[in-house]
Amino acid sequence: MFKKILSVLMVVAMVACLFTACGGNEDAGKTDATTFKIGAIGPTTGDAAIYGQAVMNAAQLAVDEINAAGGINGAQIEFKPADDEHNAEKSVNAYNDLKDWGMQILMGTVTSTPCIAVVEETHNDNMFMLTPSGSAVDCIRYDNAFRVCFSDPNQGLASADYIAAQKLGTKIAVIYNSSDAYSSGIYEKFMAEAKVKNLNVVAEGAFTADSNKDFTVQLQQAKSAGADLLFLPIYYQEASLILAQADKMGYDPAVFGVDGMDGILTVENFDTALAEGVMLLTPFAADAEDKLTQDFVTAYKAKYNEVPNQFAADAYDAIYIIKAAIEKSGATPDMSVSDLCNAIKGAMTQITVDGVTGLGMTWTADGEPNKAPKGMKIQNGAYVAM
Amino acid sequence: MKQGSRLSNMKKSTKTNGITYLMLLVAFIVVQIFTATDSMTNLIKGLLVPACIYIIMAVSLNLTVGILGELSLGHAGFMCVGAFASSFFSVCMRDVITSEWVRFPLAIIIGGVVAALFGFIVGIPVLRLRGDYLAIVTLAFGEIIKNLMNVLYVGLDSNGFHFSMKGTTDLGMEADGKVIVKGALGITGTPRDSTFVVAFILVVITVFVVLNVVNSRQGRAIMSIRDNRIAAESIGINITKYKLMAFVVSAFFAGIAGVLYSHNIATLTATTNNFGYNMSIMVLVYVVLGGIGNIRGSIIAAVILTVLPELLREFSDYRMLVYSLVLIFMMLFSSSPAMVNFREKLSLKGKNKSKKEKGVA
Repeated sequence: MFKKILSVLMVVAMVACLFTACGGNEDAGKTDATTFKIGAIGPTTGDAAIYGQAVMNAAQLAVDEINAAGGINGAQIEFKPADDEHNAEKSVNAYNDLKDWGMQILMGTVTSTPCIAVVEETHNDNMFMLTPSGSAVDCIRYDNAFRVCFSDPNQGLASADYIAAQKLGTKIAVIYNSSDAYSSGIYEKFMAEAKVKNLNVVAEGAFTADSNKDFTVQLQQAKSAGADLLFLPIYYQEASLILAQADKMGYDPAVFGVDGMDGILTVENFDTALAEGVMLLTPFAADAEDKLTQDFVTAYKAKYNEVPNQFAADAYDAIYIIKAAIEKSGATPDMSVSDLCNAIKGAMTQITVDGVTGLGMTWTADGEPNKAPKGMKIQNGAYVAM
Repeated sequence: MKQGSRLSNMKKSTKTNGITYLMLLVAFIVVQIFTATDSMTNLIKGLLVPACIYIIMAVSLNLTVGILGELSLGHAGFMCVGAFASSFFSVCMRDVITSEWVRFPLAIIIGGVVAALFGFIVGIPVLRLRGDYLAIVTLAFGEIIKNLMNVLYVGLDSNGFHFSMKGTTDLGMEADGKVIVKGALGITGTPRDSTFVVAFILVVITVFVVLNVVNSRQGRAIMSIRDNRIAAESIGINITKYKLMAFVVSAFFAGIAGVLYSHNIATLTATTNNFGYNMSIMVLVYVVLGGIGNIRGSIIAAVILTVLPELLREFSDYRMLVYSLVLIFMMLFSSSPAMVNFREKLSLKGKNKSKKEKGVA
């Protein structure tokens, strides 16, 4: 009996240690009055790690640049990334951890589903939040949240309008990922808008994350229906497989993608000749000629030895947007999280930012950006504006 | 209680169970003290409810794996069912029943009962299988549930509910309708009703029910099936009935864990990480590390393995690497023969007793 009591006591001691150890961190969480603490949440491990890593790299790059140039209104930025494994539950944990660190502004989260969970938390704390790439509508359902990228419905709408205006196809087939919020969000709005614009959608093929290797069924369906335009509101990894499999079948429709298609030229073991003629609507192209993009791409390549993708561009802009908003509002690092949020929130609707994902970006109070998507076409292995 | 030997036997189980309850009580008091003095970090505060959720998952799975002796790899499927059913209920009733003290208990019951119902339906054909086959079928069940939830669209308007497997446009709703379940986007806007106190009460209920089942007539029947199916059958134990009983109770509590999960974060989607095989395996890891059949072990393992990866955030990118190393060391610690001997020496007096206790603690 004695030993049992002892074991219980030891468990108590262990639990107590656990909590006191964490309690000790509390002091470190106090706001440092001279620097802005910006936290970022995204999947740096797991299936979606490629997006999270791009975001964290680009954000770090932007932060370093700003700090080297003297910071925001003279105040340096402290930046801390946190991993959420593309999991809503882990994302909230990451958010809590960053709060313990003393985060004042959140740049995140990278993916949509965790973003919807985290926006609930930031709303409760009234913390300013700018998501680089959370594109689902609910990601910014509260007034403290803004985003850099387009929302999913906006992309669907823009795609349908663009296809109708440019008369890109008479019979359209759509292949989308029904298990992905991004893809199905675009798909739904596209279908609704297609009806309005009298686009003739002859085939719809869906796949899920568990069956994203073989697309012959969906392609056969599109081919039999005689589709001459293939709309792919999906990410480039799957798009590259679809292009390769279509080629094998001897099926050669025109292909139209959205911003997730960006990156298709970098897929390993993918014959980029197959991507010739692929059209995509994207706010960012790594090959663009303007100075901003060129500088960003060069700096990113020099630091991380790879070409930045859409996500990296969004994150790079996000940091500069936060900087612009803070400068506009005249906020200082010693303000409380809530005051800071109110100040930046007010400034967001007044600023105009030229970034790598668009020139003259402005925001509405509901958090949506105003910028024009660029129609791009792949020619000779490079993006060309349409 | 009639005979001496039985009395001492009961006493032993009461004693071990007492320690389990005492441990829970102490943990609860410690948390309350830290909450009252406000000396807990946000991270730990945020982990309280998830820890309770995984305790319930681990304890309920232990009933199937440890007590019934059947390997189930679809436990997250039941959690998923419970989560979606209760979330659906809460979102629909949000404006009708405004008091969370009425709505949340109802949601808990609904989530549990629906999961139990699925456990029953799945259990009837599945429990005819044994060993690897059962594991494979339960694995498939979990995946089916997850994929079904990903294509399910449900909307509500003045004409009632609309269901579809195609998309929101296919629901054919009136203008006043709202879509509640949006396929891959899942359910958003579930009221945040899960609190640590509620979650803790549910943990106690789960542990209480499972421990009592184990120490009851039914529990002995269930364990006899595990130990020797033919012998159990020959003395007239209704194998199907008892297997199903354990399976359904296990599913019921997994459903309740799902309710807590869905009412703890604002978005509910069925992905591999939260309701797929990843989660099922994760819970199985809790059970195995805590000791198969050992309820107290499951509780401790679930808490440690939920909190640990978050405390390892210091290591940033190497977090998961460190975590897996810790898992390996824990496994070695809990089951390598040398360590087992050491622990037995530490905690048990006689050799006889250790033999007896190996069955179920």
